[in-house]
Amino acid sequence: MGLKRAGNQTVLFDNPPVILSSYAVVGPKEGKGPLGKTFNSIWQDQLNGEKTWELAESKMLQEALQGSISQAGIGKEQIDFMLAGDLLNQIVSSNFAARLMALPFIGVYGACSTMALSLALGSMMIDGGFAEHVLVGVSSHHDTAERQFRAPTEQGTQRAMSAQWTVTGAGSVLLGKKGAGPKITSATIGRVIDYGETDASNMGSAMAPAVADTILNHFHDLQCTGQDYDHIASGDLGTVGLALASEVLKQSGVDTGTEFTDCGVRIFDSTQDVHAGGSGCACSAVVFAGDLMQKLRARALKRVLLIGSGALHSPTSALQGESIPGIGHAVAIEA
Amino acid sequence: MPNQTLRKPAISISPEEYKALAQKYTPKPTLTKNILRAFLVGGLICALGQVIINIFSGIGLTPKEASNAATAAMIFLGSLLTGLGVYDEIGKFGGAGSIIPVTGFANSIVSPAMEFKREGYVQGVGAKLFTVAGPVLVYGIAASIIIGVLAYFLH
Repeated sequence: MGLKRAGNQTVLFDNPPVILSSYAVVGPKEGKGPLGKTFNSIWQDQLNGEKTWELAESKMLQEALQGSISQAGIGKEQIDFMLAGDLLNQIVSSNFAARLMALPFIGVYGACSTMALSLALGSMMIDGGFAEHVLVGVSSHHDTAERQFRAPTEQGTQRAMSAQWTVTGAGSVLLGKKGAGPKITSATIGRVIDYGETDASNMGSAMAPAVADTILNHFHDLQCTGQDYDHIASGDLGTVGLALASEVLKQSGVDTGTEFTDCGVRIFDSTQDVHAGGSGCACSAVVFAGDLMQKLRARALKRVLLIGSGALHSPTSALQGESIPGIGHAVAIEA
Repeated sequence: MPNQTLRKPAISISPEEYKALAQKYTPKPTLTKNILRAFLVGGLICALGQVIINIFSGIGLTPKEASNAATAAMIFLGSLLTGLGVYDEIGKFGGAGSIIPVTGFANSIVSPAMEFKREGYVQGVGAKLFTVAGPVLVYGIAASIIIGVLAYFLH
């Protein structure tokens, strides 16, 4: 068996894993956004009867995981592994959800790029012959993220114009060796790229070079261009990061084709007062599991490149004045 | 056909060029708007404080007593509005105008108290109460000690 790697950092799947089902759960603000109709479940409030926001986030993830299992119409016992991650310390939302799912569990941390990273890893496990079915899920919650990374939620402060709004939601996808549905054909694992951005309220600027680097390498490794895709979506660059990534790619001579957009830009509209757009693990996960998967299933989109973007800093590293390392992981999906 | 040659593709931009580009694309703070709103909100809060001082003076308190009582009343109001989930909205609109007055100080104590209650009264509320206001207290008290010592010797 030959090596399934292409070029520097891309893997090509001989038997592309199938996305059997997807499920997106979101909070009320996301539900009122322009993509509201594409989500499977919308919570009426940020707690939904739970005692803490952390428990609410974990419950949201469980709902998404169970949703994608039931939509795929397979039994839980047929799932070989579960991959999940989130933004909280020690990825507790995922650990607690995994406790209830009782499946062999691999915790993944790629900050906000976790969905794309987990899709890549899950696909490798299936195409590598280690699994028949892999369950993938990620979550983020506005209030748990605020209290961990920023300030108490009731504190009266003004956010920077470049700041992004952490999406409350959870997205899940069930990957299978065979079956009907869009297929994951290749994945490009990103490098950690740091151009020196230190402002934690300008994450888009911190992540844009990493996303640009991954897109450039994906095209180079597969000798393709943006014209080979109908839709290229970054995870949560926001308006600032998307503009920067586009500009960096243009300067590097890369053609991003007709539609290069960002899940964080699309999930909210300008009336929702989120400044530069959405962010968080759930941002790309719910837009992918909702809107993009609907369009892929309906074959309105035939080839999609999703590049999850992650800012790999911690509150401590930010306080110590360290710059914010960024990463981008790309997965190519074909209807 | 996949490319089997190794390395090279890297984005062609230097960190310096990127910094300039990032500055260009990052929206500037809406300074004029923020200053006007801070002036308006800060002014309104202080005017309300003055009204309360006048009421207390009217019922026979000395100016110093009236001022202390009004401060307590404003702290109460700031805390109440934080508890009702209104003060963060005022803060978002008014910025420094609602952070600097004593109501803002109340907000900076009550908001962590509410936030960290779920981690218990000792490790949560007790330990986190001054996460926001702590620096103000530390440097405020330190500065007042230095000024006090200087005043003592210079008089």
